[in-house]
Amino acid sequence: MRAFKNFTGLVAPLDKSNVDTDQIIPKQFLKSVVRSGLGAGLFYSWRFTPQGAEIPDFVLNQERYRGASILVAGANFGCGSSREHAVWALDDYGFRAIIAPSFADIFRNNCLKNGLLPVALQAGAVRRIIDAAGARAGYRIAIDLERQTIADEQGQREAFDIEPFYKQRLLEGLDDISLTLAHGEEIAAYERRHLPPYPRL
Amino acid sequence: MAHNSDVRPIAGAIAMTAKTLFEKIWDEHVVYQQSGQPTLLYVDLHLIHEVTTPQAFEGLRVASRKVRAPERTFGTLDHNVPTTDRTRPISDPESATQVEAMRRNCAEFGIKLFALGAREQGIVHVIGPELGLTQPGMTIVCGDSHTSTHGAFGALAFGVGTSEVEHVLATQCLWQVKPKTMEIWVGGRLGAGVTAKDLILGIIGSIGIDGATGHAIEYCGPTIAGLSMEERMTVCNMSIEAGARAGMVSPDQTTVEYLRGRPYAPQGAAFERAAERWLSVRTEAGARFDSSHRFKAEEFAPQVTWGTNPGMVVEVTGKVPEPGAIADPAARAAAARALEYMGLVAGTAITEIKIDRVFIGSCTNSRLSDLKAAAAVAKGRKVARGVQAMVVPGSQQIKAEAETLGLDRIFKEAGFEWRESGCSMCLGMNADILKPQERCASTSNRNFEGRQGPGGRTHLVSPAMAAAAALEGHFVDLREFRIEPLG
Repeated sequence: MRAFKNFTGLVAPLDKSNVDTDQIIPKQFLKSVVRSGLGAGLFYSWRFTPQGAEIPDFVLNQERYRGASILVAGANFGCGSSREHAVWALDDYGFRAIIAPSFADIFRNNCLKNGLLPVALQAGAVRRIIDAAGARAGYRIAIDLERQTIADEQGQREAFDIEPFYKQRLLEGLDDISLTLAHGEEIAAYERRHLPPYPRL
Repeated sequence: MAHNSDVRPIAGAIAMTAKTLFEKIWDEHVVYQQSGQPTLLYVDLHLIHEVTTPQAFEGLRVASRKVRAPERTFGTLDHNVPTTDRTRPISDPESATQVEAMRRNCAEFGIKLFALGAREQGIVHVIGPELGLTQPGMTIVCGDSHTSTHGAFGALAFGVGTSEVEHVLATQCLWQVKPKTMEIWVGGRLGAGVTAKDLILGIIGSIGIDGATGHAIEYCGPTIAGLSMEERMTVCNMSIEAGARAGMVSPDQTTVEYLRGRPYAPQGAAFERAAERWLSVRTEAGARFDSSHRFKAEEFAPQVTWGTNPGMVVEVTGKVPEPGAIADPAARAAAARALEYMGLVAGTAITEIKIDRVFIGSCTNSRLSDLKAAAAVAKGRKVARGVQAMVVPGSQQIKAEAETLGLDRIFKEAGFEWRESGCSMCLGMNADILKPQERCASTSNRNFEGRQGPGGRTHLVSPAMAAAAALEGHFVDLREFRIEPLG
């Protein structure tokens, strides 16, 4: 996994709650057998007409939000399907962090495995960021994972929670599997005392 | 729907002696635990399908890793397989590539695959229980959010992403933060024409689509105890639609009898020993949940979704809601957007909504009892002019059983298409999709924008409600529909 570095990025506001993973990456992009290149399908039905032309009103198609690396959205972001393609698509498009009042569980887990930072803030704080990103061209936020804070240039500063275990993994870009394989003894011991679940057919 | 809920403080150490089903399974599967960190949990059963695994196997290959316990992983092909003639090659080259990758990966890593043509093939959450792979007390994961289905057996079962699929393949374990527990208690008797699907849709409408985020649900109470295993699977299946990764039911004699004789369940004396163990994982009297909701079964009516998430649901006797009457600004905006997408006018009676397509299938409602309920409605009648209706059995075994009972003939005579098993139009990864603006009565689990095809409009209902809508061309209150029992 790529390590998460502190950064300052352009903020794109997606003022919707319950953005589901079917919207983030529609099914026609799930036939890929690789992780790369999914940014082209991100929010496909909201970004493009059925003929493939950009829908100018959609936030990511507006000139001022081109190059955004922080997405701010409503509550329960990433609900629905477990498709990790949703995170791969956001990452491939160029997002490094998502700010929302809350995240769906599987989506949040998938973010943490891919170096995409989910930042959960109080609904009021998220509202202020959505409004600021709508009102000011070039609105940027600085994210400091070490200190667990975000801050804008106008002085709004918010602290966020993240489990120390996941924070460390993000900062160091650690591979979960290597860490777990270091517990090989414990896993083997567990298997020795646990009943085998299936008879041999 | 009226219901009571309360959020209770976490029980103190003294009251912790009585354990819930969830706590028993969790504690039993701890491999490694350090204070303040996620738990390393052992996975008893790992189910895989073609869509969420190719990148996981590729990750193993790149790192030269093996599958730790291939005998605990089982694969099927379901998400993008055709439901039409299977004697010919898959025409969509991308689907064919994914299916071929799955075949190659399972062969290379020594994993049992129920491929096309196998009599065990079917939707992953249908075949696990059907084959007796799913058993009480287990931890079960799959790269699919509807893995909660298996919780109906008193297993801790939840969906994971592809990185976690790779992790389970390599280690047979997962790092997990312990979720909170939620009791959903239902008492009383469901009325005639009111099904498990209506129960869970009503519950989601009541607690909200993120009402159980961060929780493992246990469905409790006399109504749940009275449900068949297939009905319990329908309820647990949609737990994720309320935000819960896991939904569970304590195992009982119904669970045991369902599993008796299944090919992967223990046989003979070993079965009786297993049954005793299974029954011991039940939630104990006095066990505490972090939160609780109580419902009365009598208060549920047949449900129909009107919007673009499963919580946007009303009783069939109701009307499309007026967004202006919704107090919360975000919910109001979402409702207005949903009506626009769905092409509906506020105040329209649900029974006046005309449909173009009907889909009976999916991991929610494609089991034999679902098909029987739909067939009882369809028997001797005809699909309305202009409506295209299809029935997609959840597995090849269900298809064969239904054909033995003559259900295929009932459907075909009524004008329904009778298909091969798979996920089909639940998510439209194969050729089974809605055209833009087509309106569908669907027994699946998600009515998200474009879920069944770009621009398609999905209304979630029970199998009998879907069949009735197919015959009439619009939604009808099943309770006013004359249904002859199947002969």
